This record gives sequence, C-alpha cells and structure tokens, in this order.
Amino acid sequence: MFYYSVKRVLMLIPVLLGMTLIVFAIIHAIPGNPALTILGTKASPEAVRQLNQSLGLDNPWYVQYFSYLKDILTGDLGTSIQTHSPIASEIWPHLAATIELSFVAMIIAIVVGINAGIISAWKQNSVFDYTAMILALIGVSMPVFWLGLLEQWGFSIELGWLPSIGRDDIRNGVDPITNLYLIDTLLRGRLDQFWMVIRHMILPSIALATIPTAIIARMTRSSMLEVLKSDYIRTAKAKGQRMVWIVYKYALKNAFIPILTVIGLQTGLLLGGAILTETIFGWPGVGLYIYNAIQYRDYPVIQSGILIIAFIFVMVNFIVDLLYGLIDPRIKYK
Amino acid sequence: MPQTAQVHVETHAVKERSPFVNAIREFWKSYRKNKPALFGTSIILVFILLAIFANFIAPQGINDQNIGNKLQAPSAAHWFGTDDFGRDIFSRILFGARLSLRVGFLSVIGSIVVGTLLGILAGYFGKVLDVIISRLFDILLAFPSILLSIAIVAILGPSLNNALVAIAIVNVPVFGRLVRSRVLTVKEEEYVVAARSIGMGDMRIIFHHILPNSIAPIIVQGTLNIATAILDAAGLGFLGMGAEAPLPEWGKMLSDSREYIQNAPWTVLFPGLAIVLVVVGFNLIGDGLRDALDPRMKN
Amino acid sequence: MSESLLHVENLKKYYPITGGKFGRVSETVRAVDGVSFSVREGETLGIVGESGCGKSTTGRMIMRLIEPTEGKIVFQNRDLMNLSKKEMRKARKDIQMIFQDPFASLNPRHTVEHIIEEPMIVHHIGDRKQRKARVEELLELVGLSSYHAKRYPHQFSGGQRQRIGIARALAVRPKVIIADEPVSALDVSVQSQVLNLLKDLQEKFHLTYIFIAHDLSVVRHISDRVGVMYLGKLVELSESEQLYDDPKHPYTKALLSSVPVPNPNVQTERMILQGDVPSPAHPPAGCSFHDRCPFAMDICSKERPHLKKLEDGRLVSCHLYD
Repeated sequence: MFYYSVKRVLMLIPVLLGMTLIVFAIIHAIPGNPALTILGTKASPEAVRQLNQSLGLDNPWYVQYFSYLKDILTGDLGTSIQTHSPIASEIWPHLAATIELSFVAMIIAIVVGINAGIISAWKQNSVFDYTAMILALIGVSMPVFWLGLLEQWGFSIELGWLPSIGRDDIRNGVDPITNLYLIDTLLRGRLDQFWMVIRHMILPSIALATIPTAIIARMTRSSMLEVLKSDYIRTAKAKGQRMVWIVYKYALKNAFIPILTVIGLQTGLLLGGAILTETIFGWPGVGLYIYNAIQYRDYPVIQSGILIIAFIFVMVNFIVDLLYGLIDPRIKYK
Repeated sequence: MPQTAQVHVETHAVKERSPFVNAIREFWKSYRKNKPALFGTSIILVFILLAIFANFIAPQGINDQNIGNKLQAPSAAHWFGTDDFGRDIFSRILFGARLSLRVGFLSVIGSIVVGTLLGILAGYFGKVLDVIISRLFDILLAFPSILLSIAIVAILGPSLNNALVAIAIVNVPVFGRLVRSRVLTVKEEEYVVAARSIGMGDMRIIFHHILPNSIAPIIVQGTLNIATAILDAAGLGFLGMGAEAPLPEWGKMLSDSREYIQNAPWTVLFPGLAIVLVVVGFNLIGDGLRDALDPRMKN
Repeated sequence: MSESLLHVENLKKYYPITGGKFGRVSETVRAVDGVSFSVREGETLGIVGESGCGKSTTGRMIMRLIEPTEGKIVFQNRDLMNLSKKEMRKARKDIQMIFQDPFASLNPRHTVEHIIEEPMIVHHIGDRKQRKARVEELLELVGLSSYHAKRYPHQFSGGQRQRIGIARALAVRPKVIIADEPVSALDVSVQSQVLNLLKDLQEKFHLTYIFIAHDLSVVRHISDRVGVMYLGKLVELSESEQLYDDPKHPYTKALLSSVPVPNPNVQTERMILQGDVPSPAHPPAGCSFHDRCPFAMDICSKERPHLKKLEDGRLVSCHLYD
C-alpha cells in the first residue's frame, strides 16, 4: 500500500507539470502581442511596454515558464488586470463558494443517484425503474445552464419561492470567517442566516447535481444488476435474509468500486459545470470569477482560475485512487 | 470439440455470405428490437432533415429582423415566437441545427482520427512512445472538459470553429485510450501473430487486421461523444467562448435571451428543448449501438 | 547425413518481472534457457514438452516473432539475429508457421482466398491473376476445393481451418515450416488426416519441419528426430526410433510411460512423476528436474548437467550418464 501510494504520487508530477504548461500557454500562445490582446489595440505603447515587463514577456518562453512555475510554487498567482489586486488573495472567497456548492451538489448526487440506482436494479423493469431511467437519460442530456434558467423562471420568478441570485441577501450579508457560509453562519450563531444560505443554495445545487445524479444512478443500477445475479446473493436470499438488508449490505459493498470511479470522474463534471451554474445563479465562485474574466479578457485570472480547478480535480482523483488501494487490495498489484 | 461437428454440418448449407453482411444483419436484428434506440434514431434523422432543408422549411431567414415585432409569443405566424430583435425563433433553431450537428460530427471525427492515430502509436509500438502519449492523455484528462475547452478557446480566440477544434482536442484522449487498449488486446490475437509470421509489415497489420477489429467500440463511443460535444459547444456558446452573434447557435441563443425569460420564456424554452432532444437522440443511439454491437462494453 | 539447414545455438528468452518497489526488476522468468539444436534439410524435428516448457517460445523465436534475449539462429549460413527488422520480414518467406488454434489464427473478417493470398501480396509474388490461380491450386493441394475460396473461416470445421492455415504457410514456397502443435486442438479422428497431409506435403515439396507438440504419441509418426524440453532446456535429443525404444533421460521415460498403449494386455512399467512443474522464475538449483526425478543423486541438486553426446550419437542432459 505504501509503495502504491508513492508510485501514485510520482505519477502525479508529470500531470501537474503538463497542466501548468497548458495553462501557461493561455497567455503565451496568443498570436501576436499578448499585451496588445490583453489591453486592446488602442492601448498606449507605454502601457504595452509596462505590461510586457510586468508579465516578463520579453524573455524567451522557457525562462518565462520557469519563472511562472516558481511563482506558482511560492503561491503567487499573478495580478488581475481588472482589479490590480493579487489573484491569490482574491480567489479564496470564490474558491470557498465553489467548494461549498460542489460539495452540496455531490452529496445530493451521491444520495439520490445511488438510492435511485439501487431501487431501479432491485425492482428491475418496474414503473419506478422505467421512470428513473428515463429521468436519468434526460438528466445526462440536459444542458446545465438551461436547467438553471428554467429553475429560476419557475421557482423564483413565477412562484417566488426561492432566491435566484447569489449566496446571501444583499441587505443581510453573511459576515465571512472561513467563507464557507454554511459554517460561518453557524459559527456566528445566526440560524436565520443559515436558513437563508440554504435557501440560496437549493436551486444552483440541484442544477449542478443533475448530470452527476443521472450518471451515478445509471452506473449504480448496472453494477447492482450484475452483483444481484451473483451466487452469493442467491445464497443470502436462500438463507432467508431480508432483501433490503441484502441489497444495502452485501450488494452495495461489491458494487462500490465502479461507483467510486464514477464519483471520482463526476468531480470533474461538477467543477466544470460549476462555471455554467455559477454564471446563471450569480454564485460568486471560481466559475463566475472566470466567466467575468472572460468578458473582460483578464487572462491572468482565466489562467489561475482554470489552474486551481484542474488542480482540485487532479487531487480528488488522486484521493479516489488511494481509496481504491484501501478498499480493494487487488488493485495495487496491477 | 462438439462445436466442430456442428460447423461441419453447416458448411454446405450456409450461403457464402460475408461476416460483414452477417454482422450487419445480426446488428440490425437486435437493434430493431431496441425501441429507445429507434426513437433516438428517428429524432436525429428528423433533425438532420430539418438542418439540410432549413432553407425550404424555415418561414424566415436567420437574421430577418423586425423590431416592431419583437418578443412575440408563439403563434401561427411564429411557431416558437420571436426574439428581442423580432427574429423568428423556429427558423433560427432550424439553422442552429446545422451548426450543432456540424460541431458534433466534425469534432468527433477529428477526435477519432487523431485519437486513433495516437492510440495505435502508443499501443502497437509501445515503449517510450507509449509513455509519452499516455502521459499526454493523463494531462488532458486532468482538466474538467469544459475548462480545457475554455483554455484552448482562450488561446485560439473565441469563435464557433475554434470551439469545435477545442472540443475535438479535449476528446482525443477518450478515443486514444480506447484504441490503445483495443490494439493491446488485438495485438495478442493469434491471427496477428500469424500475420507477422508470414512477414507482414506493421502498417499492413494495423490497417488490415487491427483497425477493422477495433471499429465497433469506436463507433459506440463516437456516437455518445457527439452528444457531449453538442452540449459542450452550447455551453461554450453560452459563456461567450463559442459561436458569435448573430449566429443562431442554440447555446448562444439561450445566453442572449436569458434576460427576457420573465416576459418571453419561449425565447429560452425552445433553444434548450432543441439541445435536449438532439442530445437525448444521440445518447439513445449510442446506448443502442453498444447493446447491439458489444454487450461487454456496458460499463 | 545431409547438411544442416537451420541451426540454433544457445537460444535464451528471459522475461523480467517488474513490480514491487518502483517497478524494479524483481525476478526473471527463464522461459527458454540455452537451447541448441540443428535441423537437417528435409527432416522433421519434433520438440516435445509439457505446457510452459518453452517449446512454443522456441518456435516463435526462430522466426523472431519473439525477440530472443540471446543466441544464434543460423539459417542457410546466415545468422538471422543480425538481420534488420525489414530483412527479417523478407527472411520469413522461407520459414513459415502453422499455429495451434485454427480458429484464432485466421482473421474472422477475411475470406479464405484473402487469407491464403496475403503472404503472396506481402512478398510481392505474382500478379493478381497468378495469385488467384495459386490460391486455387493450394486449396486443392491441402484437400479443399477451389469453391471454398470465397468463404470465411467460421464456415469451416476445425480440421478444414487447419488445412487453410497449412495452405497459407505453403503459399510462398517456404523451405522450413514450424508447426506449433498443429493438431492438438483437433478431434482425434481429424488429427491423423492432418498429420498425413503434412507428411505428403513434405515429400512433395521437400519441406523441413519443426514439429512442436506436448504429446509424444503425435510426434512419433512424423518425426525423424525428437527433442524433449523441460523448464526451458533441452534434456534429450535423439533419433525417433531410439528415443521411443530406449529413452535415456528420466523425464523422457516418464513422458513415454504416460502414453497410452493400444493393447491392454501389455504390461508397461508406469512411472508417475511427483509434484508439479516448478515455476520457471524459481527453477531448482542444479538439474532443474532433480526434485521430481526418481533417480536423483546428490550431485543433481548441486550441479547443472549439460547436454552430452552418448556413444550412439544421442544427446542427453543427465548426471546418470556422466
């Protein structure tokens, strides 16, 4: 297990390096003069020269790349063109918002997806199964941003049940400590605000959870079907154990590995989907941060935003891989 | 080998039909029974026809503006209503089908060609090349797909064609890994060893023996990827990293009309519905192909 | 004794097992460990051994389908090991192979005609018309009919498919054919037909065979000489008659005693081996057969025996004959 982990860490290095190289290219592969692209063609030569210098654009690319790497390693993510403040300090509240939203969406996806999948497999070909699978099919085919718009229209505009924008009410803003508002409101003992934060979270987290829920449900169903056909399940049935018990205890345990894989992969979908969801719901996460940067052509922010999200994705998959090793001892001998 | 006797009896009875024709027959026999797949096929056929004949079907051109007629509710004259420029949404959706289908098909074809090439290089020739290519795939797969597309579009500049290229690049490792693993399997088949034993060169082995035996999973994955490619293209359009105004790209149409959702929900409803239908269609076909061509691929 | 056409010297194939700590080579499997023999023109050399003894690997190494770790393969006075990849491909025209599994070794998507024609295409022999004619000729030659040409492998029985494999091997008029257990996947009733076909073809075209089998009884009828392999090494090599009448190596004796005898009244001396074939990753020290050998002596576990020529010209690798 130890060597497996070390090996896995070593495999991480080229991936992380390659990632930084691609992200680095975002600024440096722009044809023509990046400074002009960033500042617009009407920029004064003085401004262009300054930007060139501050970005180190006069040096050959590999020198620039290494200084970029050095910057990242020392926690320097560059400066936003729009706000002129360091991205590293700007990005944390956004990151916290994204993590909070993705985490809640993931919980929804796992709980709903796994249960729907289990029941579908258990009651194969029942009305429940058909309905669930049709919903799952539509779910995987749904553009997140369209679903989000429909939710806003239905539940905020028409019915007025839930807020459609932001993490909190503008006039009743949460006083951040960790920037994870669910935790902050509790720390401050503001249950009213806690409830407010939850109400803000419902629509975006459902939109974000839709595709992963659908995929996890389909995956769980097919691996459960396979396991339910196996001999030891038949044995357990023959011994007269209750079906609910068999399904949740024995079968789920063995269907867990493929499901874990999917959950690992879904993190990517969640983080990717976050940029669309956050745009629609004005959720001030990294996604919205990147979206605004796109509109403003704030390339350093686009760069760092993508880098941070990709880094989280890689780390989640790394942890999932380590979990495999823990759960299934066969894997490390692969 | 009891099987031998059986085959022997059949030898004279069976017509000399190629396994290709046989495979298609077999495939059709099982595909025909798959109602969802047939449903998906018909959706896509309808959309393809609509896209081809958009010029004849559409009541208006894509950019026929009529401000006095803006944000009209669906009616006999405008089945899906009009948008904020008074353009007929139904017509724009028809022409949008061309864009989405084009992005879907072309980007997937691109990914398949490049992915297959890299997959063969990695799987057949192995060693250093395999390590390099596999690491490259790892790196590309380390990004959530839409973010990588955004990064690539940021490099290339926003346009529908660049979005297409970005989506194609993002999907290369999907096919690359698939082909690599197929090549590794087929390479060990005895008829490939036999091919080497008669003195056959690598290229001929790859094109005559390995590729034809890897096609089924590529087709299945390709169909499913058309669905995600269309979704991603719409997402990029929505974010302003894809199609530019006034192109009637469905994602772009959505983002342009989101502010009118309260007074004119049809401006948002129909483009989204079009996306969902096409994506459902390709997903159903993909699932059906998988069941018919290769039941083992189910996971 | 006619001259040797193919000569193999000290052929080795080691497979490193990576794994454990950081993919370091933790052990080595010695699939083939120093095999030498020569084949005379027009003869059949049988190679026999249990599965995993390295006989198929040896066969494939002669064609460099598996790259030998070490050794010499001299064919017509030329060391095949010195050939470039391209030259080696050309050289395969003279050495062809027949495979064990007549189904797996034929591409299910190609017609019989295509399968038999392909070697000729690869080696640029004849034009299209000549090749088609040759395919028909070959089909007749192996006992099939020209109307079979347009069919696909799945439309044939195992025996017929093996005939197709033989026709493919003959297509480029090779000098040597390596037959890798060509009949072991076939029904017993079909086996002798295919063996007889191989014999006829050998006479007709003056072919040289290396005939690999796991079963001494199959080899008996077709081989002029027989080599017995155990754990990657040749333990005995002699003329067929001698080997069957008076086996020298204890392992050969054991193998022979396990061949069923048609007459139940004949009392044979049964010799049943103890234990299993050891892993080629951890062969026993000394003679690799000593832990299963009923005649093992002290020296056997210490010193590795070498292949020695006995007075009657046969080669045996056993301390009993020191």
